Amino acid sequence: MKRFNLLSFSVIFISIIYIVRIFYLQILDNSYNIPTLNNSAVKVVYDYPERGYIYDRNGILLVANQASYDIMIIPNEVKHLDTIEFCDLLKISKEDLIKKTEKAIKYSTRIPSIFLPQLSKNDYAFLQEKMYKYKGFYIQKRSIREYPVKSAPNVLGYISEVNEGSIAKNPYYQIGELIGTAGIEKTYEKILRGTKGVKFIQRNRFNKEIGSFKNGAFDTLPVPGKDITLTIDSKLQQYGEALMANKRGGIVAIEPSSGEILALISMPTYDPNLMVGRERSANFTKLYLDSISRPLLDRGLQAQYPPGSPFKVISALVALQENVITPHTTTTCFGGYRYGSGAKSIMNCHCETGYPIELNTAIYRSCNSYFANAYRKVIEKYKKPYDGMNVWNKHVESFGLGNYLNNDLSVGQKGNIPDGDYYNKVYPNGRWRSTATISNAIGQGEVLTTPIQLANMTATVSNRGFYFTPHIAKHIEGIPLDKKFTIPNYTTIDKKYFEPVIEGLFNVVDNPRGTAHWSKVEGIDICGKTGTAENPHGQDHSIFIAFAPKDDPKIAIAVFVENGYWGSRWAGPIATLMIEKYLNGKTNRPLVEERMFNGSIQEEYNKQIQGKLKH
Amino acid sequence: MRSKKNNIFLGIDWLLVLFYFILIFLGWLSIYSATVAEDQYEIINLSSEYGKQLIWIALSIPLIILILMFDAKVYEKYASIIYVVSLFSLLGLFVFGKNINGATSWYGFGIFSLQPSEFVKAATALAMAKLVSEKMFNLKKIETQIQAILILFFPAILITLQPDPGSALVYGAFIFVLNREGLPFYFITVGIVALVLFITTLIFGYLITLITSLGLFLFILLYFSFYRKKAFRRGWLKIIGIYLMSALFIFSIDLVFNHVFEQRHRDRFNILLGKTADTKSIGYNTNQSVTTIANGGFFGKGFLEGERTKGDFVPEQQTDYIFTTVGEEWGFLGSSVVIILFVLFILRIITIAERQKSKFSRVYGYSIAAIFFTHFTINIGMVLGLLPTIGIPLPFFSYGGSALWGFTVLLFIFIKLDANRIYEW
Repeated sequence: MKRFNLLSFSVIFISIIYIVRIFYLQILDNSYNIPTLNNSAVKVVYDYPERGYIYDRNGILLVANQASYDIMIIPNEVKHLDTIEFCDLLKISKEDLIKKTEKAIKYSTRIPSIFLPQLSKNDYAFLQEKMYKYKGFYIQKRSIREYPVKSAPNVLGYISEVNEGSIAKNPYYQIGELIGTAGIEKTYEKILRGTKGVKFIQRNRFNKEIGSFKNGAFDTLPVPGKDITLTIDSKLQQYGEALMANKRGGIVAIEPSSGEILALISMPTYDPNLMVGRERSANFTKLYLDSISRPLLDRGLQAQYPPGSPFKVISALVALQENVITPHTTTTCFGGYRYGSGAKSIMNCHCETGYPIELNTAIYRSCNSYFANAYRKVIEKYKKPYDGMNVWNKHVESFGLGNYLNNDLSVGQKGNIPDGDYYNKVYPNGRWRSTATISNAIGQGEVLTTPIQLANMTATVSNRGFYFTPHIAKHIEGIPLDKKFTIPNYTTIDKKYFEPVIEGLFNVVDNPRGTAHWSKVEGIDICGKTGTAENPHGQDHSIFIAFAPKDDPKIAIAVFVENGYWGSRWAGPIATLMIEKYLNGKTNRPLVEERMFNGSIQEEYNKQIQGKLKH
Repeated sequence: MRSKKNNIFLGIDWLLVLFYFILIFLGWLSIYSATVAEDQYEIINLSSEYGKQLIWIALSIPLIILILMFDAKVYEKYASIIYVVSLFSLLGLFVFGKNINGATSWYGFGIFSLQPSEFVKAATALAMAKLVSEKMFNLKKIETQIQAILILFFPAILITLQPDPGSALVYGAFIFVLNREGLPFYFITVGIVALVLFITTLIFGYLITLITSLGLFLFILLYFSFYRKKAFRRGWLKIIGIYLMSALFIFSIDLVFNHVFEQRHRDRFNILLGKTADTKSIGYNTNQSVTTIANGGFFGKGFLEGERTKGDFVPEQQTDYIFTTVGEEWGFLGSSVVIILFVLFILRIITIAERQKSKFSRVYGYSIAAIFFTHFTINIGMVLGLLPTIGIPLPFFSYGGSALWGFTVLLFIFIKLDANRIYEW
């Protein structure tokens, strides 16, 4: 018997495996034949379209593009470099040159990388003529953002290089490309950026480009970015920023008839131009690390404050809708509302009335007792406080409070409107009654809102019961506005209940005893409500909501000034000045204006820091 | 008789010589394509690698004549001395060696370098042939087994220390020779089982492998206890013993892989086993080489037309990855032809070896067939992404004078031995 020849068998067996493998690679598996970055015989060149411009509602250019020039290096093509001359031209030292070259080599010897970023236009003009001498170096033009108006960085946002997370999520992006990372640049990234064109270029055996790959079968043309017109009124925005100088807080102004955001101010602010150019990363780090004044926090959208007295508007409306009060229900206030037998079970009040007052007076005098009473009646209308709380919650949330507004802004906060389950969690034995939650009546307690929610609430009241979701994009070339911004959202409150409340709000400013009478503007019927919200960190917040004119509202506004003592001290004048400016185009109260421009609460903020440091 | 013996070409196997020259020619074309530079199409160009290779090829003609001039008996007679000298040439590297690419495998001679390990293969094959052809040789005996293993062990360990573990791996080829000469089959079975356990442990982890293999062994135990009762009664202890050894082996793989191996070794295995996808750094070579071959299609891009070959995308394309040039420029057709040529070449060596009357010649022939086969398997397996990145040359194709001469010596000693068969009886 012939011995089994293992070697011959193996030779034939292995070669069959190999031939099958080659057959698979070369004929069956097509995944290697698609032009990709991996297929290095095909060079991929991107054609970047210009990013869309951004305008304000009146056509003022807010964001444009400017050219920037980077010097690129391809390390293995660098030849015969006259180091001294080159360094002189670029104004760098020889050590710099070596360091930068080594860095580029570390990245790749074949793929271009940035050698020196963002030259000035003058340097570029000078260098351009000499670049031919330096093999392996070339100048790449890039488009970066430019902000002609130094305002509203929180609205506009900024673009930055994509990080690896975004690349992994979205295969559109390659390393080194730009992406909108905040504000409008982020929410409308796809529309603003357009779509980059791709060209596949065939290289010959010496790496020279010999034309398009497969006659351009895979190539695509760039689609230019679209321009966006914002709802922002740039003049109003800048005016608001000036009024808020040296104060922290947020202002949101909305056009009630459309939900368009007229101004979205967050203070402190910064020059958007800090986010472009060579110093970008240094500037960004500085802003990012400022944990005291937090300029990158959009206070108009992200800061959650207890709303304070403006929330009484809601308390009144809910009580009316639930039929527990009428506009003529009276309450007598003796400087406070006693809701229990304990010594501390009293809610103080500064309405200084002492005689039976109706709803109207209660609003313009901002009487705590009246609304505590009304709130308690709402909750106690139902057998269990749990049910009463849920009914109350449903009404309040119909104003867009307590949840994300679901709009086209890149950031936001839910705020907080408690319901029955919320208190069952806080008091796990279920033993809580209306009095435990009584502070909600006056916008303290567990209620939290953001300025934009409050502005939207004001707009809802001014519309007598409905609102359009506040949004920032007014018009995009060739794309209709999202439907969710054009369909009104109705509250659970009947229209008839709004009039008496609005009458009270009108008296806040109009009545000589109104809490904001001092901010009255001749010729404009302003309805408003002051607020002073307690907070555990320091002085009370100064709050004011307003809309005008009373019968045909054109603007609804909410102003929050952090630690501004009381509502009529800062927020009231700022809100009414902005209304005046927006409706009349100018203001007639130079003294008030002056006081706002120059007024500073910096001292108060410093105190807080010192307090923190002490602890 | 005398005059016939003076004709050095008498009795040589022209078919093998023909294979040799065809492979060398195709190999040189591939090197030319892989290394020719812009605007330099002249054939004689000493600054280029294809030019240098041509010189090596030309110089291998006098080398062949020199080999054929010696009497065939000389190789058998001096096999031991040649082997010892070759070991000294490896030892000398630790003193006089030149470090290229991190391995001290070379002697530098001004304009050229020599890699002794390429020649030690021939010396080891001679020594093995000499050992096996001794009258007392019996692979069933443990002393003989140790002798055989020592012959392989010395060059392998010296080469590993250079460090060039890839080249050392070639000495595994002799398992075929020893099998042919009577090494019991279970040695190979053990080797294959070990390999399977090694790979499954790396892919699935030691726990799963342990459990699965336990199930398998219990199954075998059951089979024996029901159908081979006699064998079972005698051998159950053995089967359990084998399983315990395997378990120990599985544990030790895990230990070695995770604690003895360095990260670069682990990376190579992980990429190959598909545990990590990596096309940028470690897996770059393999990815480039596979992509380049895939680019060839059925007919290939044509000579000098391979885009990726010309773009210089495959690292070390003219040496270890030379087969990618064949794959891209000659396509499936050309690659298959080259593989079939190698198969025919090796099978021819085996056939000739089997017809030898002298045991020495037979073992030597079988050894070189196994060596060529090992080079072929490891190199092309690596290029096709089927084996880990182990840098050893493809015979007659890869650029490098030492390799070319080494393989030439290997082959033509055998051709000379074969030519001498007419005097054997």
